Amino acid sequence: MPELVSHPEEVKVISRRWGQGAADIDKYIELGGYASLRKAVENGPEWVINEMKASGLRGRGGAGFPTGMKWSFVPKQIEKPKYVLVNGDESEPGTCKDHLIFLHDPHAVIEGTMIAGLAIGAKTGFIYLRGEYRYLIEIMERALAQAYERGILGKNIFGSGFDFDAISHTGAGAYEVGEESALMESLEGKRGVPRIKPPFPAVVGLYGGPTVINNAETIASVAPIIEMGGAAYAKIGTERNGGTRLFGISGHVNRPGVYELPMGYNLKKMIYEVAGGIPNGKALKAVVPGGASCPILRADEIDVGMDFDQMGKAGTMLGSAGVVVLDETVSIVKFALRTIKFYQHESCGWCIPCREGTDWLKKTMTRFYEGYGTSKDIDNMRYLAENMLGRTFCPLGDAAAMPMIGFFKKFRRV
Amino acid sequence: MSAVPNTIFSPELAARFDKLVMLYPARRSALIPMLLYAQDEIGAVNDAVIAEIAQRIGITELDVRNVISYYSLLHTKPHGKYHVQVCTNISCMLRGGNEMLEHCKSRLGIGNKETTSDGLFSLEEVECIGACCWAPAVQVNYDFHDNLTPDKMDSVLEIYRQKASAR
Repeated sequence: MPELVSHPEEVKVISRRWGQGAADIDKYIELGGYASLRKAVENGPEWVINEMKASGLRGRGGAGFPTGMKWSFVPKQIEKPKYVLVNGDESEPGTCKDHLIFLHDPHAVIEGTMIAGLAIGAKTGFIYLRGEYRYLIEIMERALAQAYERGILGKNIFGSGFDFDAISHTGAGAYEVGEESALMESLEGKRGVPRIKPPFPAVVGLYGGPTVINNAETIASVAPIIEMGGAAYAKIGTERNGGTRLFGISGHVNRPGVYELPMGYNLKKMIYEVAGGIPNGKALKAVVPGGASCPILRADEIDVGMDFDQMGKAGTMLGSAGVVVLDETVSIVKFALRTIKFYQHESCGWCIPCREGTDWLKKTMTRFYEGYGTSKDIDNMRYLAENMLGRTFCPLGDAAAMPMIGFFKKFRRV
Repeated sequence: MSAVPNTIFSPELAARFDKLVMLYPARRSALIPMLLYAQDEIGAVNDAVIAEIAQRIGITELDVRNVISYYSLLHTKPHGKYHVQVCTNISCMLRGGNEMLEHCKSRLGIGNKETTSDGLFSLEEVECIGACCWAPAVQVNYDFHDNLTPDKMDSVLEIYRQKASAR
């Protein structure tokens, strides 16, 4: 079982029940669970959406879109069934936060899904977990069964007339399925290739019905927001970046782990104080701040707050908040090669700039790694990567190109 | 009685599939879970599995094959009894994932995507498995093994070896 870590600087909102046996419904309820659902049912959809807007919660999958606004885009007067789809296809290298949510607090995901359903007028929610997380899917299935037994899921919830069903679903291995339209394709039993937008999922989503798709961490943040109120949640973070974030710190640190810290927390402090600094007295070389797709920061660029806007200003992204720390011994060439190998492997092949771009980047980077690279190769790779940006159906092309451009910008020597 | 007479699956799995196809607004949504659960029981998504699942969902075998070829966990040929999946992606690489892969190769005497001659172990270098903070990490079938060292890996392999011989 993965180790839990703790640090006095943490503000435990999502992680407050971790390690306390809250996967069991009795414990979850004892620790305040499902009270937010009751509150949401009593106050109604409009109130819920307003609280969500006030919370400043932005999508935790990486795009950072305001959640309350996303929910409000679902058309109210529409005959078709609406759906909530929880994205638990956690696959961004450097990211393992949802792993712990599903392990320690599956009911928080169920409760958040139900509140989202209430808010948008959906009667069905799907909780999609990556296939590798089989033991977590089993935990989720037990949690769902318990929620049905207690009458929390099903018909006429809390005597309010609100009906809701939630279904857990397994993927079968595909990074691309983490993209929201590919996720819908996969849930419909197809290859996970992205759909053309528009129409956006809020209008035409699963089975043609309006669909809200949220990351598992976003959904796990919903019940705490309803409990404490949107304004109180917003105060924890920085401007336009409400609340806390699960930061997964991995690589060369003394105390790797998932820490829950306020949005905007300083990256340098996170590495040196919270995660205990670099092992064996080594110096820091670089940090990938938000999962493999985020452009790298050099050691002299880490005195920066970790929220969507400050990371954007620093020329990178908060992404999935997977902080990967590299000490001075790491070869950036080797690291860049491993990064592009991943994206080349995961490109679904649907559109050409991504399929061919990732392949040529990998081939050229391999030549470089083997010692046959030339200065011209870097020019070519940078040109190639820059021409992938914004030219693919889905963000995988960008996710592959952006870190590569970062490596060239920050660590080019020839 | 299962929806499909002469099913190749166990009665429990057949019953589960009968329910699964009715669970979603469209039968086809059950396809990927069914393929994975069938693979767990049969050992691979072989021709017989594909034929029956196509029949259960009401799509062509080609449709099913088309989906299988997309997903990395699905395989048409059997793996070893214990499929050792070593992550070498960035977080694991920084903490010895590549060395772990080499160690497994030499301990098992096989290469990447190969199976031992007794059929007990197979080995695969995999992409991120979502255990970055507990790197290096390895999955054997669906079990996670975290914070590994070569010595710890040896004892993990030994546990599976003993499990197999206890049967």
